[in-house]
Amino acid sequence: MSVKGKAYIAGIYEHPTRRAPDKSVAQLHAECAKGALEDAGLTRDDVDGYFCAGDAPGMGPLSMVDYMNLKCRHIDATDIGGSSYLAHVAHAAEAIAAGRCNVALITLAGRPRSEGMATGTAPRLGNPAQPDLQFEYPYSPTVVNMYAMCAMRHMHEFGTTSEQLAWIKVAASHHAQYNPHAMLPDVVTVQDVVNSPIVASPLHRLDCCVISDGGGALVIVRPEIAASLNRPKVKVIGMGEAVKGQMGGNVDLTYSGARFSGPAAFAMAGVKPSDIQYASIYDSFTITVLVQLEDLGFCEKGQGGRFVADGNLIAGQGKLPFNTDGGGLCNNHPANRGGITKVIEAVRQLRGEAHPKVQVKDCSLALAHGTGGSLGTRHGSATLIMERE
Amino acid sequence: MAEKVVGFAGRPDSNPDIKPFWDAATEGRFLIKACTTCGRAHWYPRAVCPFCMSDRTEWREGSGQGTIYSFSVMQRAPVPYAIAYVTLEDGPTMMTNIVDCDFSGLRIGQKVRLVFKPTEGGPPVPMFTPV
Ligand SMILES: [Zn+2]
Repeated sequence: MSVKGKAYIAGIYEHPTRRAPDKSVAQLHAECAKGALEDAGLTRDDVDGYFCAGDAPGMGPLSMVDYMNLKCRHIDATDIGGSSYLAHVAHAAEAIAAGRCNVALITLAGRPRSEGMATGTAPRLGNPAQPDLQFEYPYSPTVVNMYAMCAMRHMHEFGTTSEQLAWIKVAASHHAQYNPHAMLPDVVTVQDVVNSPIVASPLHRLDCCVISDGGGALVIVRPEIAASLNRPKVKVIGMGEAVKGQMGGNVDLTYSGARFSGPAAFAMAGVKPSDIQYASIYDSFTITVLVQLEDLGFCEKGQGGRFVADGNLIAGQGKLPFNTDGGGLCNNHPANRGGITKVIEAVRQLRGEAHPKVQVKDCSLALAHGTGGSLGTRHGSATLIMERE
Repeated sequence: MAEKVVGFAGRPDSNPDIKPFWDAATEGRFLIKACTTCGRAHWYPRAVCPFCMSDRTEWREGSGQGTIYSFSVMQRAPVPYAIAYVTLEDGPTMMTNIVDCDFSGLRIGQKVRLVFKPTEGGPPVPMFTPV
């Protein structure tokens, strides 16, 4: 059974807040759910499937289904970090195709900014039953120095430069200037990026994404319901998932799980990278974008630096407009998980609802990709390809 | 320069199958897990081989020699430190810290050797220093 074309993204909502000291995490989830259902033209009573990941408070779907008082016959709490929500879209499409639900609600929310979380720079102590923890925690791995080691190796093997990585931030900032909700709306230059302080060599402060409160939600529906709604129709036509780790000690930091999830999604969709008109690419750091672009086949392995340079990712200017909302690098990275905003901006592009200054003309084919966890240790990858009908 | 405090997660017996590693580390010996079915060494140590799923794995003495696969100097920390992946002469690549050196001279491919460093409340852990 192919799931291609069996589900539509009918509702999207990105919470406008970037700092929410007076809201609870459950409240943010519910506000996002309300926003996405209103966007779709559906109500809470229509929802019969619910999806959330590790950012959901308490017992995940148990707590949130109860908080929102939903009646669900299908739930899924797959957690592959920030890429979870792209996987949720795929799983919702599968559940809809299998008749397990008609209207699937996916929510994400969190408030790391208000809670003063040192997201990228503090080691996190987990449960020692996590089998890698005793062999890693003593060395103080952080989010940023793990991605930094990927950048260091990429530079070593392929001659990638800090200036090339900086172009990714520059492109994101060009888009963020048109987003009234963006945390960092100012356009920056390559020099601004490489002159910002080193956090973990070779990554600078401006190579890193923002830390923001907020959230987002998606509503996925079966074709008959999509046809009955008064919204542009965005169909899910390709999906792929992968987990990549240290491979028993055969560590290779030059590629991500996108090498596997990307081709799977393209094969299902029956399209190729050069067909894609807009791409949402997970941008926890500049290096994340560069590695994923290569792995997804937008350029050859090792050529990412040349590909992103000179504004090639800037809408209206380059060959591959990316993250036209400003991305995680400049706009929003709610709950330290950027997957849901990647889907949201891709849907805006396909609907023609992106900001006019960054809207891709006649955008009918878009890709969204997420990397969750750590590129330098173990991470999930999820790729979605969507088509406007 | 101030010394970085090295933490340890849990106790040496938190994972009973891994306790021999920490017992050996306490005696200054560096062990690696290898599979007697497929013959390959792996990292981090496991009871079940990650290459062939055999449960016939055994502890072997590691040489303690390796080369830097990648590294990053964490500048934004109370005491800057160098995290790295080191490819061991014995095969696998492991996460570690590079210590007792000038970080500005570090480079990928550099030869390093094992030094055990004490932790707060736990057994010593393997780190590396340039040869
Ligand atoms: Zn084996």
